[in-house]
Amino acid sequence: MKHLLSTESLSAVDAVRILDTAEEMAAVGEREVKKLPALRGRTVVNLFFEDSTRTRISFEAAAKRLSADVINFAAKGSSVSKGESLKDTAQTLEAMSADAVVIRHWASGAPARLAASDWIDAAVINAGDGTHEHPTQALLDAFTLRRHWSRVAGRPSLGGDLAGLRIAIVGDVLHSRVARSNLWLLTTLGAEVTLVAPPTLLPVGIDSWPCRVSFDLDEVLATGPDAIMMLRVQGERMNAAFFPSTREYTRTWGFDDERLAALEASAGKDTIIMHPGPMNRGLEISSAAADSPRSTILAQVRNGVSVRMAVLYLLLSGDDSAQPTPAQEATV
Amino acid sequence: MSTPRYLIKGATTAAGETGVDFVIEAGRIAERGRSLSASGVVVVDADGLVLLPGMVDIHTHLREPGREDAETVETGTRAAALGGYTAVHAMANSMPVADTAGVVEQVYALGRRAGWVDVRPVGAVTIGLAGERLAELGAMAQSRAAVRVFSDDGICVSDPVLMRRALEYVKAFDGVVAQHAQDPRLTAGAQMNEGAVSAVLGLAGWPAVAEESIIARDVLLAQHVGSRLHVCHVSTAGSVEIIRWAKQRGVNVTAEVTPHHLLLTDELVRSWDPVYKVNPPLRTNDDVTALREALADGTIDVIGTDHAPHPSEHKECEWAQAAMGMTGLETALSVVQHTMIETGLMDWSRFAEATSILPARIGGVAPQGRPLKPGEMANLTLVDPAARWTVDPHKMATKGRNSPFAGLELPGAVVATFYAGHATVLEGRLNTPHPDAQGD
Repeated sequence: MKHLLSTESLSAVDAVRILDTAEEMAAVGEREVKKLPALRGRTVVNLFFEDSTRTRISFEAAAKRLSADVINFAAKGSSVSKGESLKDTAQTLEAMSADAVVIRHWASGAPARLAASDWIDAAVINAGDGTHEHPTQALLDAFTLRRHWSRVAGRPSLGGDLAGLRIAIVGDVLHSRVARSNLWLLTTLGAEVTLVAPPTLLPVGIDSWPCRVSFDLDEVLATGPDAIMMLRVQGERMNAAFFPSTREYTRTWGFDDERLAALEASAGKDTIIMHPGPMNRGLEISSAAADSPRSTILAQVRNGVSVRMAVLYLLLSGDDSAQPTPAQEATV
Repeated sequence: MSTPRYLIKGATTAAGETGVDFVIEAGRIAERGRSLSASGVVVVDADGLVLLPGMVDIHTHLREPGREDAETVETGTRAAALGGYTAVHAMANSMPVADTAGVVEQVYALGRRAGWVDVRPVGAVTIGLAGERLAELGAMAQSRAAVRVFSDDGICVSDPVLMRRALEYVKAFDGVVAQHAQDPRLTAGAQMNEGAVSAVLGLAGWPAVAEESIIARDVLLAQHVGSRLHVCHVSTAGSVEIIRWAKQRGVNVTAEVTPHHLLLTDELVRSWDPVYKVNPPLRTNDDVTALREALADGTIDVIGTDHAPHPSEHKECEWAQAAMGMTGLETALSVVQHTMIETGLMDWSRFAEATSILPARIGGVAPQGRPLKPGEMANLTLVDPAARWTVDPHKMATKGRNSPFAGLELPGAVVATFYAGHATVLEGRLNTPHPDAQGD
């Protein structure tokens, strides 16, 4: 694996390897000294063409915990906003000997374009591209789900997949890179995915996707999924006639207090509520749901750092699985 | 100045007749027969080669005036000659837009001066391609450029009233409106064909219905006002069905398909390489199959290259940032041979119809697309159908390097092109422009 561009092209073996490495990274995060020397002397560039505080600081924390040097390159306030092309930016980073480029871009496919070009040799990590993919988000979601599944099913997390786990992904699938990356990754890992959305927010051409599709959230909740992943809905979609009003959206597809109450009433089921953030409280998810014990939203954020450490470590320390794991290295 | 005399020996005609000789003299076919001999001639050995009426492109972007970094009339018409063309229709979306007699006469004059092919300017339907007010269609028709084809190509004439008036108005001088069928509201921000691939890639979809609904409206309008409609670059199976239906009802509609839509599909977008970004977008395999059948049975009348050169920086970028368009003049013949002739879907006779006779008729280009008979203007293309070559955009005459066929091995090569009796291409290489060119 030279780059991480999508989960569509990620094998189950590679995915489990990333998740297992992330478990080791998480263990490091619980020690008093949270830093590993693994990437000392390596340079990681956070190249952000789109605002994203959360993902950027998560990658920054991950790289710093591995002792890499981090350069933050935001499109706003840089030469990019003066009209410099992706090609010139990439060549500039190449000239500065970047070892990895973490790229967030508003245009679908920009990371793949960068990786396929001869503009730069660095490892390319997709930190979210347009409405295409957000692979590290899906990996951190899978990591969170695997820990949950291991508790529920009483099996070890390490080495495991998500076979048998049932997940509902709810909301604006059409514009969601999180939904796409999760669908590919979770199904690769053996989970069963149901997408729930208004018909206007599902892409044409979805028929061939490996999932069920439903327009009825209550019907799907009644089947007792193991996890419900709520997607962010942007209010401006309303103006493009994707749905009539935010109120109608919330009533029909939002995880509101009534649905939370119904879930609590349905005996015993250990369903978790996930959200990639940032949330629109009161729109796709109620505050009570977001703050309930079922919510894994903060665990997802925490796990994000471990997963991104794992990705950076695996991409930058070579593809040789015989190499010592970072935890072993740290004890030397 | 006079052109040299040529003796073409042993050619095969589009109809399949072999061993035919032609003498070309003073711009015209002087003799046609067997075992002809003549002295003081340039002999062109055409054994095993197919002699066709000179190809006429109904849809070319020459970019001049305004985007001479992308193409000029000179470079674009060199590319045309090398591709076997003796006439091209230069689309109106230059800068300034070809929406006045002055601009179309300029493009016409540049073509005359270059001397590689007939350059027939296309006039804009609306001022500045803005879709608001009719351009001076009559003035362009009466200008020295004698414009007959009007198009806002690149942009759809989406206002139904404006489209109706344009269709009506051009009847006064036997003009034709060539519509770029694309509903702008249904394609806002669109990046690629809407379907299984766009769903996965997360690129804004360009639904087939955005093309089909405009074509359906336009054929009904054309029928209502009794006018002539030409549909540019048909790209979907549904469009084919509508055009077939309209023709059966007697609507005076013609249609074109590009070589790239006969071969390539939206699966290529998975590479994220903007060389595959084009308007209309590459569609699905079912669409490709329907387009090939439609071209074979005449539902789609002609090939139009939609040759659209772009400077490299407009393609070396993110998909969403990239310009739409592909070069096509120097690959059209080979791609059509590959997709249509080698598949047995059509013969060279239908090829001559689709690339010369009918586009000349649609565009009202009098001396082009004519039978290979003594007395006719010698606009001819000599093809070696047995040749095989690998496409290398860097060896092309066009300034554009944006060929989606790069690296592909294709059949068929243009051996010679005769434009008004003069060999602009000989032995597969550019020769000289027509000697009358400098005279302008």
